Amino acid sequence: MFHRESGYYKTSYEADSALYPLPIARWTIVGLVVLFYVVAPLAVPDYYLTILNLVGIAIVGALGLNILLGLTGQISIGHAAFMSVGAYTAANLATRFDLPFWITLPAGGLMAAAIGVVVGFPSVRIKGLYLAISTLAAQFIIDWFIIHTPAISGGFQSSIQVPRPSVFGVVLDTQRELYLFILVAATIAIIMALNLARSRIGRAFIAIRDQDIAAEIIGINVRRYKLIAFAISSFFAGVTGVLYTYYSGVANNEFFPLTVSIDYLAMVIIGGMGSVLGAIFGAAFVILLPIGIDLSLSSIGPYIFENQGVLSSVKSHMRLILFGGLIMFFLVVEPDGLNRLWLNIRNYFRIWPFSY
Amino acid sequence: MKRLLRTLTAAGVVAAAVAGFTAAQADEIVIGQMTDRTGPTANVGGPVGDAVLDYVKLVNSKGGIMGHTVRVLEVDNQYKVPPAVEGYQRMKAEGAVLVGFFGTPITQALTADITKDMIPATSPGFGTAVSADGAAYPYLFPAAASYWSQAAGAVEFARQQMGGLKGKKIAYLFYDNPAGREGLPVLRKLQEIEGFELQEFPVPAPGIEMDNQARDIARRYRADFVISHLFGRAPSVQITALKRAGYPLKQVVSFVWGGSEADVEAAGGYAEAEGYNGLQFAGVGDDFPVRQEIKAMYKAEGKEPPASMASTVFYNRGLLIAGLHLEALKNAIAANGGKANVTGTQVRDGFHAIKDFSMGGLVPPLNLGDGDHEGGGWVRVFTVTKDGFKPAGDWFKGYREVVLDLIKAEIAKSN
Repeated sequence: MFHRESGYYKTSYEADSALYPLPIARWTIVGLVVLFYVVAPLAVPDYYLTILNLVGIAIVGALGLNILLGLTGQISIGHAAFMSVGAYTAANLATRFDLPFWITLPAGGLMAAAIGVVVGFPSVRIKGLYLAISTLAAQFIIDWFIIHTPAISGGFQSSIQVPRPSVFGVVLDTQRELYLFILVAATIAIIMALNLARSRIGRAFIAIRDQDIAAEIIGINVRRYKLIAFAISSFFAGVTGVLYTYYSGVANNEFFPLTVSIDYLAMVIIGGMGSVLGAIFGAAFVILLPIGIDLSLSSIGPYIFENQGVLSSVKSHMRLILFGGLIMFFLVVEPDGLNRLWLNIRNYFRIWPFSY
Repeated sequence: MKRLLRTLTAAGVVAAAVAGFTAAQADEIVIGQMTDRTGPTANVGGPVGDAVLDYVKLVNSKGGIMGHTVRVLEVDNQYKVPPAVEGYQRMKAEGAVLVGFFGTPITQALTADITKDMIPATSPGFGTAVSADGAAYPYLFPAAASYWSQAAGAVEFARQQMGGLKGKKIAYLFYDNPAGREGLPVLRKLQEIEGFELQEFPVPAPGIEMDNQARDIARRYRADFVISHLFGRAPSVQITALKRAGYPLKQVVSFVWGGSEADVEAAGGYAEAEGYNGLQFAGVGDDFPVRQEIKAMYKAEGKEPPASMASTVFYNRGLLIAGLHLEALKNAIAANGGKANVTGTQVRDGFHAIKDFSMGGLVPPLNLGDGDHEGGGWVRVFTVTKDGFKPAGDWFKGYREVVLDLIKAEIAKSN
């Protein structure tokens, strides 16, 4: 059960394409499932579940952007707007038609996917920075459209209060209940993203990312697959928006400004583009690091600064400085992201104690 | 048997000692305060945060509230929702009995949670206007004039300045985001009632280019009065742009986020911005006993008071926030027989009991009982003169019945 291979001994295609090349991988998955589905909801205090909830929601969004940026090589700075689309779609469906979350959640995703295809059209003709700017425009246009359409935004405040989701008559409104809700959503998103990368569509995405002309020559309809990539990625973003809406009980476009788009880009790039695990690492890094810095400065700060006002100010600014500094540090140490860092460690121990 | 009894007695004594120890520890009361010392609203968050900490320190130095010290748990949310959610849960985990919010999206995101957790929170100068309805928002206290009350106050001020509104042209110059647009329903309603002409001039974010709107207002539309609702750097740009277009600044009145020292200084100083009017929900200037007490406290320690005290507009708002929070706590503790173990609901009732709390004129005569969590929607206009801000008249409420009717209609619509 807990053995290691001492070299590369694949003798069949089945072995090579196996989901779990080593038994330990399967046991790790089982362990993680037990940890997050059984241990965490039973043993972790509410406050830490809140953090896990925020990470869980961010994971869904980061996975979506990773499909576009990491797999297909197309950039989007408008992902926060797609979240907004998902949020308002779900909020309107939930408040006007009293629809349950298992309809509004995919509906929000589908609406975001539809808008995503429209926004993705320029990607057929333009690439790189030019595409970045055209998706940036989408961020502002969608925002403006929502604010100025009371039928969507629900009035001058642009916020719609949404009842919390309920399962079999139980309203999920504590952090613990919402944790399970978000956990299931994040698990489904992770499984979908993992399988997508190994499917025909996923391989087409990778071909387009590596060289779009070559992809076209081997028979991939580049235009279609680019739009599919935008659709799938926006679907994840829309679902993220719906999750935020149910999590906070309100849909509000101010939850999704441009900086959120940038945050998600940061998650994918820091985590390592093109890998599901990387997106998860990135989401956890971007959400947890500021909290971790804040908590540690809060505990050591009082010994250094006597005046609480000065301490608060120093803490706030140090958080930004350390956060930015650590991002630079990790990207300099490993430009391929946290995922590569993890792979290096794993590969080292995989054949340990033999170095070749 | 005897031995068992003795053991039990010993255990009882230990348990009592432990209980006594925890009770002594519980004398410290924790309150949560969100501020943005970084992020887009850092210019406000710094002074507000300092003021809250200074005021609490002042109260603690005078023996606390009925002998109990107050500890502030400050969390910087950078005007972002996820850090605010995390911060709120941290406050809850540390046993905070009330929370000061900071920022409209944060207030929106946490309203459902505070109602569920029964922890009162304040959102002075932001949040939703309808949360003034204490029945619909039992745990949220705007506790200062909402954008709707500010809009009504601005129209009232315009009416006083022009001696009537019939047939006058009023321009509404606003930041084109949900918060900026929030004044519109009240202005449109008052337009019907008072018979003035209203023209809307939206300014797209980030609002650092306003010459078109200013020329439009001054030359083409020829507005009799300008009501402006801008944020961040935009108010100072507005002052210079209107001045360049030749519009008299004494016919301009701004909502509460457009009339701070920093705005006037960025627009070229007090001489440049002379005549410009700004609504306030807390007093402006240094002339309040509580500010002198804070300065004296720092002097007694042999230290300089914080530099943010010079930003009297925002610092005084922080004093208002802290003052209200501690007054509510005091009421709650008094109702609890002087014991510190108050619950969120008791503190909420403490907010309801706030009456005629003025902090030497820094706070309007708020009355948070009677289901009005806004406390009446008081505003006061301060005008820029060569030597700083001067009050133009006393605290007043503009068209209170109209605002209350609109709130009722909005609540009925959402139910």
